[in-house]
Amino acid sequence: MRTIRIGSGAGYAGDRIEPTLELAQNGDLHYLGFECLAERTIALAQQARLANPDDGYDPLLTARMETVLPTCARRRIRIITNMGAANPQGAAQEVARVARRLGLHGLKIAAVTGDDVLATLRGGDYPLLERPGTVAELGDRIISANAYLGVAPIVDALRSGADIVITGRVADPALFLAPLVYEFGWDLADWDMLGKGTVVGHLLECAGQITGGYFADPGYKDVHDLARLGFPLAEVASDGSAIITKVAGSGGEVSLRSCKEQLLYELHDPTKYLQPDVVADFSAVRLEPDGADRIAVSGGSGTTRPETLKVSVGYRDSYVGEGQISYAGTGALARGRLALDIVRERLNLIGVRAQELRFDLIGVDALHRGGQNALHRGKQDAVSEPPEVRVRVAGRTATLAEAVRIGNEVETLYTNGPAGGGGAAKSAREVIAVVSTLIPRSAVTPTVQYSVA
Amino acid sequence: MKLRELAHARTGDKGDTSNISVIAYDQGDFAFLREHVTADRVKAHFADIVRGEVDRYELPGLGALNFVLHSALGGGVTRSLSLDAHGKSLSSCLLEMEVPDNQSAREPA
Repeated sequence: MRTIRIGSGAGYAGDRIEPTLELAQNGDLHYLGFECLAERTIALAQQARLANPDDGYDPLLTARMETVLPTCARRRIRIITNMGAANPQGAAQEVARVARRLGLHGLKIAAVTGDDVLATLRGGDYPLLERPGTVAELGDRIISANAYLGVAPIVDALRSGADIVITGRVADPALFLAPLVYEFGWDLADWDMLGKGTVVGHLLECAGQITGGYFADPGYKDVHDLARLGFPLAEVASDGSAIITKVAGSGGEVSLRSCKEQLLYELHDPTKYLQPDVVADFSAVRLEPDGADRIAVSGGSGTTRPETLKVSVGYRDSYVGEGQISYAGTGALARGRLALDIVRERLNLIGVRAQELRFDLIGVDALHRGGQNALHRGKQDAVSEPPEVRVRVAGRTATLAEAVRIGNEVETLYTNGPAGGGGAAKSAREVIAVVSTLIPRSAVTPTVQYSVA
Repeated sequence: MKLRELAHARTGDKGDTSNISVIAYDQGDFAFLREHVTADRVKAHFADIVRGEVDRYELPGLGALNFVLHSALGGGVTRSLSLDAHGKSLSSCLLEMEVPDNQSAREPA
């Protein structure tokens, strides 16, 4: 049976680059996908584009292409990525510039657009999924609205001979499902095959998270050579079954346990993984060892795709001010608590208008509030004495000026607070938040534009 | 004993919803996990974090449970005031849960 080899070159916007080159050089790949667009990233990219119309794509696009393009061009590895973010056409132009600089000629570059549905949303009455209210009620605070596109425009681009396909918002697994649909001629109404391909895409999309990243737990889950973690690739057969593996000599592991964790990552109901192209069913997926660092995947399926597409709406939500300071030695916990009490009282005293405040002792209860060191549930006696603690106060405000005052009240503990407070830090920032809505498929028109480097 | 002796876990996030997989090291412990690691117990374990309901899905073929924690991420990853806005650390926190002693508990390597 014919197999297609697809590599995963990035699991998020800031991911490592040299494992991608190792994969391109030694993975015998047909395709290399890069997933770099988290929920909020496109809103930040849209802000960058508003400031400079040529900007708005992934900040690491240039570095990634400079690193892998020579190898990919020589080995005819086709690249698919959502690094276009808020400006896929600008990103395509930049890739063309990189290719010319490297002396690579004749590469066909496709830019997929049509995910930007801001104009459509402004004119309609779209309820938010996460809370009461509508998109229209966000008014001029809206920055961006992008629908999750499916595989269709990417498949079109591959059919047209594109060597590099650059998108904005598409469903993450679609970056990997699209080449399977194209290569194997899967029908876009063959829900079972689209479900199987979605399983493969889902396993690949976070790169190192399936090869031993976000996984090691010394003494329980030991992973070798994490500093040299290899990125994954899938050998996919035309029946939708696949082997997940990585290149020989790289660090990390592809094991039953690493694949199980990634299969369930960001999954809710395993029988209903909602995608633009299919509702995938992961509930009967089988994972079986197939040699060292090789796991066979089968058993995915799917049902009819949803009639609507999910849209992420980025908007200016609020401001957050934060301050931190540390205490060490015997009594550190008591001094940290005293510091929190002082800041709490100070914020009242000077009238800081916060919509929400949070008081943490890092090292005690910042991550698992109400855990065994249950400081905030009136069980203070149960807290074991840590050798050092870090005070953290964070608050949400309506203005930047008000947010700045929160960090200031932590910093002034230096000269006005408990003994031995050190290492104060403060920050204040605008919060660009994301909410979601649904839009009819018919309201979205993906388009592909081509250029040749 | 702690759940950590029997299972490993991973947290994922979407908006204000966290999911935590709990996966038996030994497939034979799945029935034990299903009996003792219930949605109610997980909700109680994260009483000061999870504001909404906790759903549990079973994947016997993988020896795994998948917990979906609603209203668990401080209003959503993009606006949470939490130090760990994604809730990435919640999986390790869940493995602190006490479960009855189990004969097949693995020996740490």
